Amino acid sequence: MAILLSSKTRVVVQGITGGAGKFHTGLMRQYGTQVVAGVTPGKGGTLAEGVPVFETVQQAREATDANAAIIFVPARFAADSVVEASDAGMELVVCITEGIPALDMARVKNLLASRGTVLIGPNTPGIIAPALHCKMGIMPDMIFSPGRVGLISRSGTLTYEAVDQLTRLGLGQSTCVGIGGDPVVGQTFLDLLERFEADPDTDGVVLIGEIGGNQEERAARFIAEHMTKPVAAFIAGKTAPPGRRMGHAGAIISGGKGTAADKVAALTEAGIVVAPTPADIGVAMKTALERRS
Amino acid sequence: MKVHEFQAKMLFRDHGIPCPDGAVVEGEADLEGLAARLSGDVFVVKAQIHAGGRGKGKACRDGVEVGRGVHVVRSPEEAVRIARTLLGATLVTIQTGSRGRLVRKVLVENGVDIDKEFYLAAILDRETATVALMASAEGGTEIEEVARRTPERIHTVRVNPLLGYREFQGRVLALKLGLSGEAVGQFVRLAGNLVKLFMAKDCSLAEVNPLVLTRQGNLVAIDGKLNFDDNALFRQAAVAGLQDVGEEEPSEVEADRAKLTYIKLDGNIGCLVNGAGLAMATMDIIKECGGEPANFLDVGGTATAENVAKSFEIMLRDKVQGIFVNVFGGIVRCDVVAQGLVDALSKVKLDVPLVVRLEGNRKAEALAILAGSGLPLIAAADMKDGATKIVAACRRG
Repeated sequence: MAILLSSKTRVVVQGITGGAGKFHTGLMRQYGTQVVAGVTPGKGGTLAEGVPVFETVQQAREATDANAAIIFVPARFAADSVVEASDAGMELVVCITEGIPALDMARVKNLLASRGTVLIGPNTPGIIAPALHCKMGIMPDMIFSPGRVGLISRSGTLTYEAVDQLTRLGLGQSTCVGIGGDPVVGQTFLDLLERFEADPDTDGVVLIGEIGGNQEERAARFIAEHMTKPVAAFIAGKTAPPGRRMGHAGAIISGGKGTAADKVAALTEAGIVVAPTPADIGVAMKTALERRS
Repeated sequence: MKVHEFQAKMLFRDHGIPCPDGAVVEGEADLEGLAARLSGDVFVVKAQIHAGGRGKGKACRDGVEVGRGVHVVRSPEEAVRIARTLLGATLVTIQTGSRGRLVRKVLVENGVDIDKEFYLAAILDRETATVALMASAEGGTEIEEVARRTPERIHTVRVNPLLGYREFQGRVLALKLGLSGEAVGQFVRLAGNLVKLFMAKDCSLAEVNPLVLTRQGNLVAIDGKLNFDDNALFRQAAVAGLQDVGEEEPSEVEADRAKLTYIKLDGNIGCLVNGAGLAMATMDIIKECGGEPANFLDVGGTATAENVAKSFEIMLRDKVQGIFVNVFGGIVRCDVVAQGLVDALSKVKLDVPLVVRLEGNRKAEALAILAGSGLPLIAAADMKDGATKIVAACRRG
């Protein structure tokens, strides 16, 4: 099975009539995701990619029993869309949108803290469970294969690189989650490690981090103290200069904190197999799994 | 986005954070009559560049050292003379790299009678999704040093962005700093104003260092730094207007306009990658293979012919000695990327080695397109192979 997704996941696409929303609704349905509704204010009552469009998420839920939302709306409206999805009772919200102001997300995260809504992202490729043929995201599904490795990552194409290596080594995936490249994101490494540890269908976890913040250090501590399953990791940004934003809003070394060296040291100390280069991520997972068996 | 110290102080004053009186000079015309407008018996002259370490930095004119980036002087005439020397000088600090930065603006201020120095900053704390308000009695020094050596001397309260600043939080910090009497109330207001400025202007960092208690008993911000969230500039027109393009790398400004993320580095191997994480990882693997990356370049999730062409143009102008293209084609098909690459290269004159690694959807078709193009490129089987090949090709020169 999988974490966060299940055969009961019924998806509403917020921003379904925009270019990216429409395109990826088509690909998600092709893959097998149950996309039951779309939302675009002013377009209610129409169809997009064969999916009924509603004015609000609440309307969509009442008509279709949707229980999960994926967001493609432009950055300046996207934080509101997360709140709308949560207000309408969506259990899982995946926010693909890149470029949302950090303070908006800080406010939203504080609001969601008192509710049951699980937020993935923003600025994420999404979440996919190959065995369920369910993806809420924009990742190329053909590189994924069903199996028992979980994956958590802060980036997009680097995740595909890692998944491709896993698949070639015969290591299929239970669930892969992009947590997003922004400073403030919903689910963190810590939250997801906890879920994978509890998931009977996951045997080991790949963690792909990068410079900035201290999520990786916190994850290392959690793994050392609470994880029984093997973890392999890679940290991007060893050569990144301090004070420069490396593409992702969250990937910046500031005040001497958040360097790759610090993160690699913390992970290694926690007994995690750290891949020396991005070409060794698959092999690192294989090594970690073999060490335990 | 970064702004100059004098611009940060302008925003401080607008938000009720006191700063010394002063003037910014950009040329000879601004120096005229300046001496008469200064008052007191101590004056501070500060080069304005977007880099720290100015006080210990070295300013040079025509290769001759003319002093540091910050001067404390005893007469208005001396202040004007120093300002004239600094304008047009090149300032090298620990943050500028060896090339240094041209000083195009100088701030001249009245001096302040200092009793105590503090550190105060508001910063977005990503783990708790709050605004962390940090204060320390170790003001004026490198706060990173304090954090490393004596973290217990930095005091932090966390402001929930839904609630905003609460005055008790300021009192907690004021007492930790050892303030008493009227200074406590002043600090509580000033700290609150800093948080309000942070939230109103979408800052990512609002720092006062040092915050000074004068012998007259007033709190004054004598140096400060503001960084802003690039993602919020669409709703901060006034802030966006403060951007000093002259402080940015010209090729980075040009890339930004073409919607590319480009950061120039010190190495010689250019890299063109789709996606920020993979772009960082590509720099890392080049270094691992013994090379030095010349840049970070993310062409975005979907590499198109236009942005690939622009990327080559920018990298070649920045004089790279070799280029490594590393694209993982996911939703974007590899054959489309390959065709884009061929089209782009038909428009630029390539006189350095080029290694291409394409992986993912329709890779075989992509390789056939590259092979049939007659372009002098080296194909790589995977990321490590590509990095090894470009490093070797650059060594051969």
